This record gives sequence, structure tokens and C-alpha cells, in this order.
Amino acid sequence: MSLAKIIVNMGTCGISSGSQKVLDSFRTLKDVEVKATSCVGLCALEPTAFIYIEGRVVGLSYLTDTQKDKESIQAICDGKDVDTHLAPRVIYDGSEQGLFNDLFKGQKRVVLRNAGWLDPMDINDYISVGGYSFLSKCRSAKISKEQVLDVLEKSGLRGRGGAGFPTAKKWRMLMEKISEEKYVICNGDEGDPGAFMDRSVLEGDPHSVIEGLQIAAYATGATKCFMYVRAEYPLALKTLNKAIKDANDKNVLHVPVEIREGAGAFVCGEETALIASIEGKRGMPRFRPPYPVESGLWGKPTIINNVETLAAVPWIMNNPGEYEKTGYANSKGTKVFALAGKIKRGGLVEIPFGMSLRELIFDVGKGIQNDKNFKAVQIGGPSGGCLPASLLDLRIDYEELKQSGAIVGSGGLVVMDESSCMVDIARFFLSFTTKESCGKCTFCRVGTKRMLETLEDIVNGRSNDDHLQRLYELSDAVSKLSLCGLGQTAPNPVITTLRYFIDEYHSHIKDKRCPAGVCSALTKYSIDEQKCVGCMLCKKECPVSAIVETKRADGKKICSIDSSKCISCGRCYKVCKFSSVLKR
Amino acid sequence: MTDIDIHGGLIKQLQDAQAKFGYVSQHEVKRISKEFNIAESEIYGVITFYSQFRLKPLGKHTIKVCRGTACHVSGSLELVTEVRELLGLLDGEDTTKDLRFTLEEVACLGCCSLAPAVMINKDVFGKVNRDKLSKILESYK
Ligand SMILES: Cc1cc2nc3c(=O)[nH]c(=O)nc-3n(C[C@H](O)[C@H](O)[C@H](O)COP(=O)(O)O)c2cc1C
Ligand code: SF4
Ligand code: SF4
Ligand code: SF4
Ligand code: FES
Repeated sequence: MSLAKIIVNMGTCGISSGSQKVLDSFRTLKDVEVKATSCVGLCALEPTAFIYIEGRVVGLSYLTDTQKDKESIQAICDGKDVDTHLAPRVIYDGSEQGLFNDLFKGQKRVVLRNAGWLDPMDINDYISVGGYSFLSKCRSAKISKEQVLDVLEKSGLRGRGGAGFPTAKKWRMLMEKISEEKYVICNGDEGDPGAFMDRSVLEGDPHSVIEGLQIAAYATGATKCFMYVRAEYPLALKTLNKAIKDANDKNVLHVPVEIREGAGAFVCGEETALIASIEGKRGMPRFRPPYPVESGLWGKPTIINNVETLAAVPWIMNNPGEYEKTGYANSKGTKVFALAGKIKRGGLVEIPFGMSLRELIFDVGKGIQNDKNFKAVQIGGPSGGCLPASLLDLRIDYEELKQSGAIVGSGGLVVMDESSCMVDIARFFLSFTTKESCGKCTFCRVGTKRMLETLEDIVNGRSNDDHLQRLYELSDAVSKLSLCGLGQTAPNPVITTLRYFIDEYHSHIKDKRCPAGVCSALTKYSIDEQKCVGCMLCKKECPVSAIVETKRADGKKICSIDSSKCISCGRCYKVCKFSSVLKR
Repeated sequence: MTDIDIHGGLIKQLQDAQAKFGYVSQHEVKRISKEFNIAESEIYGVITFYSQFRLKPLGKHTIKVCRGTACHVSGSLELVTEVRELLGLLDGEDTTKDLRFTLEEVACLGCCSLAPAVMINKDVFGKVNRDKLSKILESYK
């Protein structure tokens, strides 16, 4: 029997898990076509590969022992049983159709249709699945602008960058503007800390984004496109540069595309700040109106769309009338989520709107790591909120999530178990927004700082009830008196933790105790004298020599912590193999 | 569009300068100012706004420890302390005396499912802990 093909997933996540070695090793197999693609979204199982043998597909993960993996694959080729050779690492075995049903159960892949299957460095791969055919129809005027806008409008597609603005409406506004120059910008700044949807799409399927952008340019009459991508994504930038070059060489583009790299400022994801950044200025948002569609880049009419929004466009155009069949109420179609934190199957998924959070976390994401208890899910990053277990049955829908205080946002979803402290999480987000505030508005610049200081008092045990009152007041003021979305939504993580996890705030303030044992100033460590075996491993680890050797009443050698020296760093707790360090 | 926009814009110019020398030197600021007729003060305004730009020489290798949400809940704050210890950095320092390493804290490396993540130059490492990192650092001379 001969092998047809092996696909090795080589996204940033795969490469950092060792997929380059896997690829190199498989490339030495004889008579096997080995193809490097990007991430399929199974990030937690990387490095992964898919082997095609005469219509059958075997999905493998944790490929780290390259020599042995190669031998196993050879054995499968020779007709040996898959299970006995690769048992613990087989994540799927069956037909290609079955693979999609099984591995991606509950998902609907539109934006992620190609990611992980096509070689992102090979434009012909994209063309072979019908890529650029719609754009070519546009360029030869077989399809009118009005037809494009019509299909888009019916699809109900809304901007995936956070605000959920109807995409067709935005395009139409630009189309109606009369100007010698008009621009469409793809927003790939993806600053939400805990999200990686756009990175994966750019790395895995750059041509879909480029085609979407070009269709936008055609429909709106734009004369040039820009792609703004953050500098922290070197592989995405490399892939995109190659993709644009190949598209130019093949002459499939409608108007020129240029890449601009971000320079490390979260606020540049906001559209007016992004424009300032491309113009070479400090990336500070400005007052709207005028909206960019009136006066944008270099004063010319401009629209900005998110990576995921644009990647959905070619599929929508090729399948008119289909996209709107999935979804819920006013949230049509699908949304990509980046699952991270204490979730079992961390990675990238695409689900129809209307699914409940519970299904997303427990069915699609396979539940909580180490079967611990779910505590909270953070959706929407610094602009979003933390939701408790009692709200797990909420539907994922722009309007329904907003009512709860969270937002769909860009699609970052961080799951937390009992080991996370919600006050600490609120402080984490505030320290992020304080750092990233551009400084233009007083309430965003100073107000977030005061909120952060208040939270710092609470986690350090220097608080009283006034602190809560201050948090409520500042949250209200900052959200009402800030110019852009960054300031307006910065209090959300605080507001939602106050709403759903007020008990934890009370523990910190009244009992001076951190229930999760995260806030070190409120956590005390001691030794369980009965359990300690006196191995003194902890003593070696302690950075301040707070651990000393003593004797138990029965004469046995054990250790003890000098609480006047201990700085509550928790290292002894981490290293003790006998669970003899107690945390309170 | 002005002259500099045709050359990719001011930020591109600064990025190129930094890629070449590891930081944006006074000399480069003067050059860009002259070449494109932009006030030096304006250029410094832009440099200090973006966290990517440096006005002092960097270490040969840059270690970026992710401080995004997913990495935070997986203990990246402790990791930063541990890296500082490994490198022997004092408070307020971010570059080792021998100019071998510079430590940075960044927002999110986009590898959240492999948290905590660390990027050294352009390579990302996932599920990092102190022992793993000290081994990795040995290969960066
Ligand atoms: C502080 C801030 C950061 C933002 N960051 C991003 C981002 O990283 N990516 C993005 O697509 N949109 C971001 N947005 C939203 C954009 O301003 C804009 O609404 C979006 O790119 C429009 O594209 P869409 O209609 O396709 O969603 C951000 C907004 C704010 C206020
Ligand atoms: S709200 Fe904050 S980030 Fe936005 S413009 Fe004002 S100061 Fe800048
Ligand atoms: S590591 Fe644990 S068992 Fe060993 S001395 Fe410390 S507390 Fe006792
Ligand atoms: S918590 Fe840290 S400082 Fe305290 S005894 Fe343990 S290792 Fe030492
Ligand atoms: S939060 Fe660390 S890689 Fe995203």
C-alpha cells in the first residue's frame, strides 16, 4: 500500500511545539507527498499531522519522537494496525468527511475553511479550490458592484473586529463617496491579550483575506488597499508578504495592496488611531465625526474591516444565500473564537452564532483541564467581561452577551478555574488598559490609573469598604467620559467581576484573604508537620531563606517556615512533592 | 501623501533603522529628519508613543515574555520574576550587562493555547517554565 499524503500543521503554535522536526523527518519518507500547512485550530494538541491513505485519514498529535513516528507511519503504510502503533496519539481515524464531523463537532467552518489544509505559501493551492475566481469575475465586470453589495447585505455579515457594524452598510457608504482616491484597510492589529484568531487566519489562509479585501475594493471603488498587521506576528507578516507578491506575479489583483506593520500599541486597533499610525503619527484616536468614510487616510474616504470579516467575504460571494442560514436573530453566520486558559481543547474554533457558552466550552472545547471546576469565562478581552457558571446558558449573540456585561468582541475567550482570583483578573486588565491608554482623555488616563491603584490596595490588603464605592464611581465616570472604545469599555472587567464575584472582593477587603490563593500579600504559607518528610527541597527553592530545618515532637526531621521572613512567593508550595506546604 | 509616505511612512523608516542597529540612534533620527523634512521633536514623539521602539542599544537577543490574559492565568508573572533572576537583572534594568539579552514584557504573542509563551528573537516557545527556559537560553550565545 502506498501513502498518498501527509499534512503537517506548521502555524506559530505548531512550530513552537516542534513541528519543524516532524516535517523534516517525514520529508525523508519515500513515495510520500508531504505538505506543510498552517494551524487547523487544534493548538493544544500540537504538533499535529494528518496522514491520507487511500481515502482514509489518520489524524495524529504530540508527534515528538520523530524517529519512532516515522517508523510507525511506515508500519501503517505496510498495512499494520494504526491503533497498536500509534494508539495514544491518534486523534482521529476514518474518512475525510468523518474527520470534519468528528474533530470539528459542533463547528461550522467558513472563515477557517482552508486554514490547516492549504499550503499558505502556495497561491496555486488556493486557486485550486476556486480561490480568486470570484475576484476575476469582478475584474471582468461579469458581476456588478450592486450585485456584490446585495449578496453581502443579505448575508447579514457584521464586523468581526468588535463593534459588529453591518459590513454591507459600511461598504455602501464608501461606494457612494466620490473621490479620486479611496482606501480600504484590513485591520490585523489584534491587540486583545488572549486572542489569536486573526493571526491564525493570516498565517493559514492569507489569500482569502486578500481576496476579500480586493472584493471590497471592487465593490466600493477603492483605489488602494492597506493591511495593518502587528509586528509581534512575524510568521503572519512573512506569509502575507509572500502571498501579496505571488498574487501580483499572477496578476490576480484588482488594485494594489500594501502592508504596514504596527509598532506595539493596542490603541492603534481603533480605526482613527490606526489611520494616524499609517500616516506616521502617534496613534491617537480622534473625535468622530468626521468618520473615516468621510475623511480617513490622508483625508480621503476610507473604510476599515477586520481580518475575519474579510476572510468570510469570498465564501459568502461563492455561496450566495447560504451564510444567513446559520446564526441567530441579528447575529448571522459564524464566529471564530480563540479558546485559551484552563480549557482542555485550547485552540481555534468556528461556531454558528446562537450556541450557548456551555456548549462552546464543554462540548467544543471539551471542558476544563484536569477536570477542575469551572469558575469564570472572560470574553472580549479588556473591553469585555467575566461571566460566572450561572450564566453558561447564555447564547453567543451580539445582543444577548451585551446584556450580561460581556461582549462578543473580537473572539478571545479565556476560561478560568478555581485557581484564578477574580480581583486579580480585574487588576490585570486595568493594568493593561492603563498602560495602553493613549493619554488624550483625562478620565481614561487618570481614571484608569486610580482604578488600578484601588484594586492594588485591595489585593495588598490595604482596603476598606470605601474602595468598593470608589470603584463603582470611577467605573461610571471613565466609561462615560472617554473618547474612544478603549476608555469607554476599560471598566467592563471591573464592573462584571463586581457584579458576579462580589464575594471575592469582600473576602479580600473584610477578611483580608484571597480565596484562590493568588494575591500573595493575602496568602500565608505553612508546613503540615504530619505530612512533611524532611526532604528539604523547598529550602533550596526559597529565595529569601525563610525555610529552616527543625525537629518534630517525635524527633523526626522536618522543615518550618519563618513567617517573618517569608515573602509568600509560593515556590515551596509548587515544588513540594508531598503536598506538605499549606496555603491559606 | 507626502514624500515619506511613498517610502512606507515614518514608522517603517524607524522600524528599518531599528532592525539595522537594534535601536533608533540619535544619528538615525537626525538623518530621517533631514531626509524627509520632519522635525526631530515630532520623530521623538512617535518613537516614545510606540512600545516597539528603543532609544538605547538592545541586547543581542530579545526575550519577550507574554503577559497576555491566557499567560497571566498560567503564571506568567512568576515567570517574569524567574527570568529576571536567571539573567541577573536588577530592578529597573532590562538588558544584561554583557548585552546578550534584553527582557521585554509584551501583551500577547498569539499562542495563548500554549501559555505561558515566550518569544526569543522571532521564535516562539510554549508551555515554558524556569527549567525549560534556562535550557533554551543556553542555545543563545
Ligand atoms: C481600543 C480599540 C482596539 C481595537 N482593536 C481592534 C483590532 O485589534 N482589530 C480589529 O479588527 N478591530 C479593532 N477595533 C475595532 C476597530 O476600531 C474597527 O471597529 C474594526 O476594525 C472595524 O472592522 P469590522 O467592521 O470588520 O469589525 C478596536 C477598537 C478599539 C476602540
Ligand atoms: S479613551 Fe483613552 S485611549 Fe481612547 S482616546 Fe481617550 S485617552 Fe486615548
Ligand atoms: S519539600 Fe515538602 S516534604 Fe520536603 S521538606 Fe519541604 S515541605 Fe517537607
Ligand atoms: S512562600 Fe516563598 S518565601 Fe515563603 S517560605 Fe515558601 S519559598 Fe520561601
Ligand atoms: S496570552 Fe500569552 S500568547 Fe496570548
